[in-house]
Amino acid sequence: MNLLEVRGLEVAFENEEGDDLVVVDRVDLSLKAGKTLGLVGESGCGKSVSALSLLRLLPKPTGKILNGSILWKGNDLLTVSSDDIRSIRGNEIGMIFQEPMNALNPAHTIGRQVDEVYITHQGLDSGQARVHTLKMLEKVGIPEPGIRANEYPHQLSGGMRQRIVIAIALACEPDLIIADEPTTALDVTIQAQVLQLMSELQEQSGASLLLITHDLGVVAQTCDEVAVMYAGRIVERAPMRRLFEFPQHAYTRGLLASIPSLTGPIQTELPVIPGIVPALADLNSGCRFAPRSSYAHEQEWLDVRAPLVEVEDNHWVEDCPACRRLNSDALS
Amino acid sequence: MDKLLKISQLKVHFPVKGGIWMRPVATCKAVDGVSLEISKGETLGLVGESGCGKSTLARTVVGLNEPTTGEILLDGQKLGDYSGNFGKGNRKRVQMVFQDPAESLNSRHTVGQILEEPLVVHKKGDQGERASRVKELLNLVGLPLGSVTRYPFEFSGGQRQRIGIARALALNPEVLVLDEPVSALDLSIRSQVINLLLKLKNRLGLTCLFISHDLSVVRHLSDRIAVMYLGKVVEIASAEELINNPLHAYTRSLIGAIPQANPNVHGKFSVLSGEVPSPINPPPGCPFGYRVGSRFYTESIGQSLDLKEFSPGHFVQDCPCCVI
Repeated sequence: MNLLEVRGLEVAFENEEGDDLVVVDRVDLSLKAGKTLGLVGESGCGKSVSALSLLRLLPKPTGKILNGSILWKGNDLLTVSSDDIRSIRGNEIGMIFQEPMNALNPAHTIGRQVDEVYITHQGLDSGQARVHTLKMLEKVGIPEPGIRANEYPHQLSGGMRQRIVIAIALACEPDLIIADEPTTALDVTIQAQVLQLMSELQEQSGASLLLITHDLGVVAQTCDEVAVMYAGRIVERAPMRRLFEFPQHAYTRGLLASIPSLTGPIQTELPVIPGIVPALADLNSGCRFAPRSSYAHEQEWLDVRAPLVEVEDNHWVEDCPACRRLNSDALS
Repeated sequence: MDKLLKISQLKVHFPVKGGIWMRPVATCKAVDGVSLEISKGETLGLVGESGCGKSTLARTVVGLNEPTTGEILLDGQKLGDYSGNFGKGNRKRVQMVFQDPAESLNSRHTVGQILEEPLVVHKKGDQGERASRVKELLNLVGLPLGSVTRYPFEFSGGQRQRIGIARALALNPEVLVLDEPVSALDLSIRSQVINLLLKLKNRLGLTCLFISHDLSVVRHLSDRIAVMYLGKVVEIASAEELINNPLHAYTRSLIGAIPQANPNVHGKFSVLSGEVPSPINPPPGCPFGYRVGSRFYTESIGQSLDLKEFSPGHFVQDCPCCVI
């Protein structure tokens, strides 16, 4: 059984005129226990909003979930009471945010911020909480946790701050960790440290990880499965290796081809995806990649959304004939 | 080949102020003895982690910071004395593209005003000539001519960076300094801008100092690459040589730390322990050996750690703990 099963999730934001702009359009996701799912896409594609919706953390009153269900261990998170979702947050699902300086409170010591998790979610008193905090800080590789616990976020480096955010997310040993661009603000060598730490901790606790990122390199090195999002929809979902070896959707192929690597030819023109990501206000109901695709789309594919089809075991792609056209030979 | 830009023994130090009276209490050695040469038409890539001094170096080359010691020569003429008319004359030969196009363009000016401003400041042409130059620039970077009357917020991130590039090219500079020009851009837009930069470089014969923390992007655009660590250049070589045959331990870890978008390359990336030491209070010996706790670290104390030519064109710091 899947630990997390998202079906038909539809999220909208209200604009100033009172209209709903749909930013996440009927998204399906599933995640098995102990596995890592990468959610990839460019800024504005709806990946962070999807993650926030899972914990019902959308900004109010503008953000709302219109449709869908989020089954967590069989219960729909969208219908449970606010008390219940509060106890699930932190305890069962932990969240790691992108920018550690914004996720931490600058006016409280880091020790107090980690203590808070134990006090709120596990009902410990402050003395017991501190014992756990020091253990947790040690686990995430903070040197001299006893001294560091009394310091403030600004006294730590970016990498250390992100370790604190990880400590907070993992304090109650959640079954699922949602990490929203956890290493984007970090240098490559620090990114490697943080990714390694996360995978070690994940291995120890057997937790699942939903990793949101725009970096396909990070995906290739950490994930078991990948879902590619474009303009609010998942256009392709596959086991990680298959996505890189056998990309089906024109967008996925374009992205993979456009990344400069350490081994490819240099100073040559990179293959590009022409055009820009469409604005939320002028999204069509059919294939949203059509304006950037090199293949002509027939009118019906611009009007009707193609369903995801399974092209091989567990490998799904949006069935727009034009966007999949490049692959018809490759599949046989 | 002609050396167009020559940076010799450049040091840029900033005072760190503290105490009640905000007196200087320490020195931050952001750039600490860097020598680089760039030939005409060449692109030199500069990589390093945040805080290694690469942006300070860039800002000093275009005259936004003053060198503490050392000099920057353009065609044998000293840059850096930017006062008076002489300064202005030289300044227009070296222009800069900034990292974040949203922050480096004046949001209250139209694109036309933004592109015209360098021409106005340097008293180039009359109104008509300037207007046609602006059109030429828009063409060059692939923006519609109608952009002239529009404001930066009306453009996407990639288009804004094109405006930033066009502005830097307005005065026909010989040297273009690019400080992380694609880091703030989205994946599918990044390759478009990289292609534009390649095209401009070839068409205009630009000499570029290209700064980025992303080694894959730097490799793609550069002829040679210099790796900086804590204010010093630790290794320089041609792009291919540096990636295929890195000699300095830091270069090796930097390459190893990049997650490759290919599950078959690298089983797992190599993980480097420790963090970049503070440039305010650097360790006495080799700062990288200190970071990773090299057992030969003590041998580096008191060494000059100058660059040595290891093979033709491949220079590496002569450090007992990092180059073994």
